[in-house]
Amino acid sequence: MIKYILRRLLVTLITVLGAIIILFIIIQFLPGDPATVMLGPRATPKIIEEVRAKMWLDRPVYIQIFKFLYNIARGDLGTDILNYMPVRRLIFNALPHTIALAVSSILIASIIGIPLGTYAAAYKNSLIDKITGLLSISMIAIPSFLAGVLFLLLFSIYFDWFPAMGGGKEGDILSQLWHLILPAASLALGWIGYIARIMRASVLEEITEDYVRTARSKGLREYTVIFKHVLRGALIPVIAVIGVGFGNLLGGAVITEIIFHRPGLGTLIYNSIQSRNYPIVQGGLIIAVLLYSLVNLMADLSYSLIDPRVRND
Amino acid sequence: MDKKSNSFNKLIFYIKNSRIKRVFTDPLGLLGFLLIFSLLLIAIFAPYITTYSPSDIDIANRLTPPSSNHYFGTDNLGRDVFSRLIFGSRIALTVPLLTISFGIILAIVFGLIAGYSSERIGNIFLIIFDIIKSFPALLFAMTIIALTGSNLFILIIIIGITRFPAYARLIRAQTLRVKNKEYVIAARAIGASVLKIMFKHILPNVIGPIFIQAAMDIPVVITFVAALSFLGLGVPPPTPSWGTMIKTGYSFIRISPWMVIFGGIALIWATLGFTLFGEALRDNLDPRLNRTR
Repeated sequence: MIKYILRRLLVTLITVLGAIIILFIIIQFLPGDPATVMLGPRATPKIIEEVRAKMWLDRPVYIQIFKFLYNIARGDLGTDILNYMPVRRLIFNALPHTIALAVSSILIASIIGIPLGTYAAAYKNSLIDKITGLLSISMIAIPSFLAGVLFLLLFSIYFDWFPAMGGGKEGDILSQLWHLILPAASLALGWIGYIARIMRASVLEEITEDYVRTARSKGLREYTVIFKHVLRGALIPVIAVIGVGFGNLLGGAVITEIIFHRPGLGTLIYNSIQSRNYPIVQGGLIIAVLLYSLVNLMADLSYSLIDPRVRND
Repeated sequence: MDKKSNSFNKLIFYIKNSRIKRVFTDPLGLLGFLLIFSLLLIAIFAPYITTYSPSDIDIANRLTPPSSNHYFGTDNLGRDVFSRLIFGSRIALTVPLLTISFGIILAIVFGLIAGYSSERIGNIFLIIFDIIKSFPALLFAMTIIALTGSNLFILIIIIGITRFPAYARLIRAQTLRVKNKEYVIAARAIGASVLKIMFKHILPNVIGPIFIQAAMDIPVVITFVAALSFLGLGVPPPTPSWGTMIKTGYSFIRISPWMVIFGGIALIWATLGFTLFGEALRDNLDPRLNRTR
C-alpha cells in the first residue's frame, strides 16, 4: 500500500512538473514575443528591450524554465502586467468562488441523483425506472454551458426568480448562496443523470449479495433493506466516480462562471486572455493543473483503499 | 451474379447476423440513429432546405422574431437563423469527425509503440498520456486558440491532442493483451519487421474497442467545439456554427431569446443522437466496456 501511494505521488509530481514545462513552452514559443504582444504595436524597441530583460526573456531557454519553476516552488506566480498585482493574490481571491461552485453542484447532483438511482433500481424495469433512465441520458446529453444559458433565460429573465449575474455581495453569505443556485444547478444537471445511472447499476449489483438475502429472509421490509443495508455498500463506487469526475467538473465550471459573470478562476483566466495579461493566464492554468492533479490523486488513493485490486494494476 | 452484388449480399448477410442488428432493435439506439441520420441528411441537402443564404445580411430586419418569412427569426445582422442553423449542421458534424479521426491516428501510433515496446518505455508513454490528460482541456484549448487566433485547423489539432490519451491507453492495454499471442510470435519467428507486426498483425486485433470509445466521444467533442465557439474561440465567423449562434443569442438574450432556444435545440439534437447511438453500440457490441448498466 505504501509503495502504491509513493508511486502515485511520484507520477503526480512528474505530471505536474511536465504540465508546467509544457505550459511554459507553449506560452513562450507561440507566435509573438510576450513582451511585444503585451506592450502592443506602439511600443518603442527600447521599451520592449527593457521589458524583455525584466521578464528574463533575453536569457537562454533552460535558465528561463529553471527560474520559472523556482518561482513557482516559492509560491511566486509572477505579477499582473496591467495593475501590478501579484498573480497569486488574484488567483486565491478567485479560487474560493470556483471551488464553491464545483462543490455545490456535486452536492446538488448527489442529493438528487442518488435517491433517483436507488429508486430506479428498487423498481427495476418499471415505468418509473424507464423514465428515470431516459431522463438521465437526456441530462447527460445537454451541454452544461447550454443548460446555463437556458436556465438564465428561464429562471432569471423570464421568471425573474434568481439573479442573473455576479457572485453576490462580498461578505454576505446569503446573497452569495443566492447567486450560486442557478450556476450550480446548471453545472449539476449532467451529473444528476450520471450519478443516478451509476447508483442504479451499483444498487443492482449490491442487491445480489448474500447479506441482502439474509436481511430479506429475516423479514425486514424492502424499504429497510435498500435504504439501511444496500445503500451503504452501493455508495462506494459512486463516491469514487465523483472524485474522479471532480476534475472535469472544474473544467465545466469555467464556462458556467463566464456565463453568469461569477468572479472565479475561469472568468479570471478568460478575461486575462482577452486583455493579453499572460502572467495571470499562466498562473491560473498552473493552479488549475495542480488542483486537477491533486483531486485525481486523492480520488485514486481513496479508490485503492476501497478496492484493493486497483493497487496491483 | 456479378461480384459487386455478391459482396453487397454478403454485407446484408453480415448485418443481419451480426450484433450490429441489436443496436437498431434497441429503441434508444434506433432513436439515436434516426437523430443522427436526419442530421446527416440536413447537412448534405442544406442548400435545398434553406430559404435564404446563411450569410445574407439584412440590417433593416435585424433581431426579428420568428415569422413565416424567417421561420426562426433573424440574428443581430439580420441573417436568417433557420438557414444558419441548417448550414451549421455541416460544421457540427465535420469538425468532431475530423478531430476524433486525428485523435485515433495519434492514438494508434503512440498506443502501439507504448504497448509493443519494453515495459519501461511503455511506462514513460503512460506518464506522457497522463500529463496531457491532466491539462484542463477547455482552459488549455482556450489559451492556445487565444494566442494563435481561431481557425478550424488549429481547433481540430488541439482538441484531437486533448482527446487522444484516452484512446491511446486503450490501444496500449489491448496491445499488451495480444502481443504474446501465438500469431504475433509466429510472425516474429518468420522475420516480419516490427512495423509489419504492429500494423498488420496487432492493429486489426486491437482497433475494435477504439471505435466504440470514439463513438461515445463524439457528443463530448461536439459540446467542446460549441463551448469554445460560445467563448468566441472556436469556429471563426462568418461560418455558421451553433456555438457561435448561441453566443450571439446570449448577447441579445433579453431582446430576442429565440436564437438561444433554437440553437440549443439543434445542439441537443446532435449530442442526444450521438449519446444514444454510442451507448447502444457499446451495450450491444462490447459488454466489457459497460459500466453503468
